[in-house]
Amino acid sequence: MDLNTVEAVLRPRMRSELPPSASGDSFLAGGTWLFSEPQPALRRLVDLSALRWESLRRTETALHVAATCTFAELEAFEAPVDWIAAELITSCCHALLGSFKIRGVATVGGNLCLGLAAGPMVALATALDGTCVIWSTDGGDRLLDAVEFVAGPGQTALRPGELLREILLPAAAFRRRTAFRQGSLTTYGRSAALLIGSRDGVGFTLTITAATPHPVRIVFDGFPESAELEARIDVEVPAWYDDIHGAPDWRRNLTHLLAQEIRLELSAP
Amino acid sequence: MRLVIDGEDREATPQPGQCLRTLLRDMGRFGVKRGCDAGDCGACSVLLDGVPVHSCLMPAFRAEGRVVTTVAGLGNPAALHPTQKAFLDAQGYQCGFCTAGMIVTVSALDQGQLASLPEAMKGNLCRCTGYRAISDAVAGVTNVMTEHAVATVTGRDLGAPSGVAVVTGTARYTLDVAVPGLTHLKLLRSPHAHARLVAIDTTAALAVPGVLCVLTHEDSPQHHFSTARHQDWRDDPDDSVVLDTVMRFVGQRVAAVVAETVAAAEAGCAQLHVTYEVLPAVLTPQSALTPGAPAVHDGPPEVMRERRIRDAAHNLVAELAGGVGDLAAGLAAADVVHSAEYHSQRVQHAAMETNAAIAFVDADGILVMRTSTQVPYLVQTALADLLKRPRETIRVLCEQVGGGFGGKQEMLIEDILALATLRVGRPVQLELTRAEQFAATTCRHPMTVSVRLGARRDGTLTALELDVLSDTGAYGNHAIGVLFHGCGESVAIYRCPNKRVTGRVVYTNTPPSGAFRGYGLSQTIFAIESAMDELAVKLGIDPFDLRHRNRIKPGDQMVSFGGSPEDVEYGSYGLDQCLDLVRDRLSACTEQAESTDWSVGSGMAMAMIDTIPPRGHFATSRIQIAADGHYELTVGTADFGSGSSTVHLQIAAEALGSLPSRIRLAQSDTALGGYDSGAFGSTGTVVAGLATQRAAEALAALIRKRAASMHGREEGSSVLHADHVEIASQEVSLGEFAGLAAEGASDGSRRSIAFNVQGFRVAVHHPTGRIRILKSVHAADAGRVINPMQCRGQVEGGVAQALGAALFEELRIDASGAVSNAAFRSYHIPTMADLPPTDVLFADTYDLIGPAGAKSMSESPFNPVAAALANAVADATDVRFRRTPLAADIVWRALSQHAAAG
Repeated sequence: MDLNTVEAVLRPRMRSELPPSASGDSFLAGGTWLFSEPQPALRRLVDLSALRWESLRRTETALHVAATCTFAELEAFEAPVDWIAAELITSCCHALLGSFKIRGVATVGGNLCLGLAAGPMVALATALDGTCVIWSTDGGDRLLDAVEFVAGPGQTALRPGELLREILLPAAAFRRRTAFRQGSLTTYGRSAALLIGSRDGVGFTLTITAATPHPVRIVFDGFPESAELEARIDVEVPAWYDDIHGAPDWRRNLTHLLAQEIRLELSAP
Repeated sequence: MRLVIDGEDREATPQPGQCLRTLLRDMGRFGVKRGCDAGDCGACSVLLDGVPVHSCLMPAFRAEGRVVTTVAGLGNPAALHPTQKAFLDAQGYQCGFCTAGMIVTVSALDQGQLASLPEAMKGNLCRCTGYRAISDAVAGVTNVMTEHAVATVTGRDLGAPSGVAVVTGTARYTLDVAVPGLTHLKLLRSPHAHARLVAIDTTAALAVPGVLCVLTHEDSPQHHFSTARHQDWRDDPDDSVVLDTVMRFVGQRVAAVVAETVAAAEAGCAQLHVTYEVLPAVLTPQSALTPGAPAVHDGPPEVMRERRIRDAAHNLVAELAGGVGDLAAGLAAADVVHSAEYHSQRVQHAAMETNAAIAFVDADGILVMRTSTQVPYLVQTALADLLKRPRETIRVLCEQVGGGFGGKQEMLIEDILALATLRVGRPVQLELTRAEQFAATTCRHPMTVSVRLGARRDGTLTALELDVLSDTGAYGNHAIGVLFHGCGESVAIYRCPNKRVTGRVVYTNTPPSGAFRGYGLSQTIFAIESAMDELAVKLGIDPFDLRHRNRIKPGDQMVSFGGSPEDVEYGSYGLDQCLDLVRDRLSACTEQAESTDWSVGSGMAMAMIDTIPPRGHFATSRIQIAADGHYELTVGTADFGSGSSTVHLQIAAEALGSLPSRIRLAQSDTALGGYDSGAFGSTGTVVAGLATQRAAEALAALIRKRAASMHGREEGSSVLHADHVEIASQEVSLGEFAGLAAEGASDGSRRSIAFNVQGFRVAVHHPTGRIRILKSVHAADAGRVINPMQCRGQVEGGVAQALGAALFEELRIDASGAVSNAAFRSYHIPTMADLPPTDVLFADTYDLIGPAGAKSMSESPFNPVAAALANAVADATDVRFRRTPLAADIVWRALSQHAAAG
């Protein structure tokens, strides 16, 4: 929709051209959320596209995903054969409520910065041990574990003026076996629970999103028995999310159900 | 900036926060629709460098140097794009508002996406079709018969006359016109559920550059009216004024700002400073009836009664009580009694085109209202009453209307637009946002319905009691009609000597309820048909057998709260056939549970509807022969996706021995004449169509007479052909008869009954509460079906909309009284992935009252769906759901509790 209160668009081409933080400013990445709701407080858009960040860059140790990388670009990433967890990328991209037309425009960073319980990129970044690279207002960078990035519905760890630059997904995480499960009230609807399990030589990690106000990562030293898995979930999930996309008790039930399915899928040593 | 739009190199100057959709429409690319403005519905889809995007989410400045292709750039009427041709051949649309976006999206799908079509199309919403016809288009199925391939035109699947325009994006919906000097209106809405307006300071708003005027209650006529539109204005309480000093729901209009641009009007609204005295609010009908509850409409009792509000001090709009026989005796005679309370929730029409209109005064001083309405003539009357102007000085028209479902049987925006254009002396446009549509227009009346049934062991009903509590929200538009209609056919379908029916409809401080597909019947039928199913279980009788035993049969009186309405007759009767058709199809479906996690079961429900609303419904049609030998048919009724335009052409063509392509249709414009009470109550065919049949038959007689006198022959000696008359072995071109004209009228006074039976076989997943529909079958008694393809589409669309309401839709009201899910991403309507195919079967009947044997079939397919679903779920799980929707979380919780209780 038209954001009629916006008076100007800044298009910085490099970091030094980023304006000092001001009220009424918003960074603009894909714009698929920003333009989907009234933004009466907005006066200025700071368009990130002119920074021309390379969307994806793979090194020996990590995949660098620029905050402005679109879902579609991420989905098109061709992973090395031993990056078996890369199939999570497709699963998470398709878990977005928006259509493939949204995925062509919406960005990984934008999805994280919304701080939605059901943000599929939050799940992906958390499950793959991602690290968020944040441009601070003083010109420096700070790093943050992806699981810490979303603090609650609509709340992120970003301080005023800070900018999410990229997400580092370590190569090691891609080499783990993973399993993905998502549940919703309707077919292809908004995620009510989105869980990812991953297993390496010794341990097992379960990432829970959508059913909880912020992502929850539960790390097991070994591979858990069913009862242990159930107990740990109830201990470590602080609260079950409640909104129109599913009642909290049902989300809890769904989480346990999907967690056990994941356990079963990954149970072979 | 420069960009290429549909092959043309163009220069454009986007506003900083403007989206591409607005830029394109401002440049005249009206094929790009605004459905939700939030990237949920897909109506605005365009290709950007060949890639489909939601143009409402795309910042306009990002189109710089790029190639934009709208639906009109894909192909044109002379050279259709293959996808456009496919949608035309399949008639993959009804109202057509979503079609441009559908076509653009489908045109760009790759093989993988085509293979998983429901996922690929999850960002394209259609409210009319139930998607089967759209899937057909994608699959290359041809549903439309070409005209020369048909021997007769009635009963054939002819395509809609607007087809080519719809698929090329050139069909003009309400706002698809460029109006020089257009100004824009925005509304400030109440943040309080109940408040008195103390003061409103317009100074700052008027100082906003571009603001032309502010309209407040001081500018509003103090004329009380109802936003509901009926043939007889006394059907509804006069409880509304254009701008009131009392706010009765969150979202009510407080003031209006007219400005040069939408942006200035919005800025003006933001600068209006209003002081309210907040009043206590009542948010539920139960609390509204509590002694001492605040009155939503306060005033001297005699004034309120004059406005046809039964008991305003106690929030009671209307009540009814009646019946037949002796209920107590009937219950005493029963071997089995079942009694329970059922709830139907607040749901919304969600037509893809929001309420929108453009108002202006033309060179002759006529106030012109170009609007998205089902009832142009009734809006004309309402504006005349409001403005104290002669009707002839007001013209109301609509071209293509993007869906209605009852939501446009109201005057929700035309009143304020009329005041605005008369004030500023320039054309004024108002387009409701999707959020306004959800939060501040109308919805289905939420109802609590108690049912008590008594029956003998053999299933014979001895007693039927119904008690209804309906929530009309802040205003009584359609409150009375919905209550009475809801209590009518739902009860009358059963033969039972002892019936008692009571009902009340009350005000609350919530958004107003209004006319909604089914008009009260979907709520009461959910209750009665669920109760009949529970009774069948208690009796151990098959639910079909129980219906057969108790259904009314020709000759039986149709009795509910009153005596039999005098003008409802058995013009035809296909209920027995419908029951058997569904039973046979369901029993052939033997799919069993795939594991112990799933339970499988079947359920059914039936429904009856009078083919025409009561208390008069008028239509006139005029047909004449033009100089070129074509017929020109003028009808008053509006087509908002029901397909009535096609039916009118077919009816006229049959009467004239001609072809639809020889007839030019003009419609829904008060300037053309052809009065019509409006397109509601499924009257487009049975009332307006009858007028057209009479006009065409009269013209045929005139032609024969003229031909005979020209050749000195007997009147019966000529034969009418498509474009000529054959007489005395000569062919006389129809052009020779130019100027001959005839009119037809109908008054909707003889009414028949139509039936619908829905059956489901479902699988219910105990671990998650998910319901999977294994089989959906619907039998309709539509009389002689004039256009089976379209009628099937109406049934499928009705079932689809009803499944949304039965499975997950609910307009939620928060603790402050505000709608909390005013967007498609939170108010989920069915996508292609959510709906099963529905087998549509027609009873073989011919109605003696309707035109060409036809009966109405637009709203009624909705009515039996929720009960059939709940009955199937109960059959599968032994758990009874007496409240809709049956969302997975609710179903899971009930199943878990049932299991825990053992």
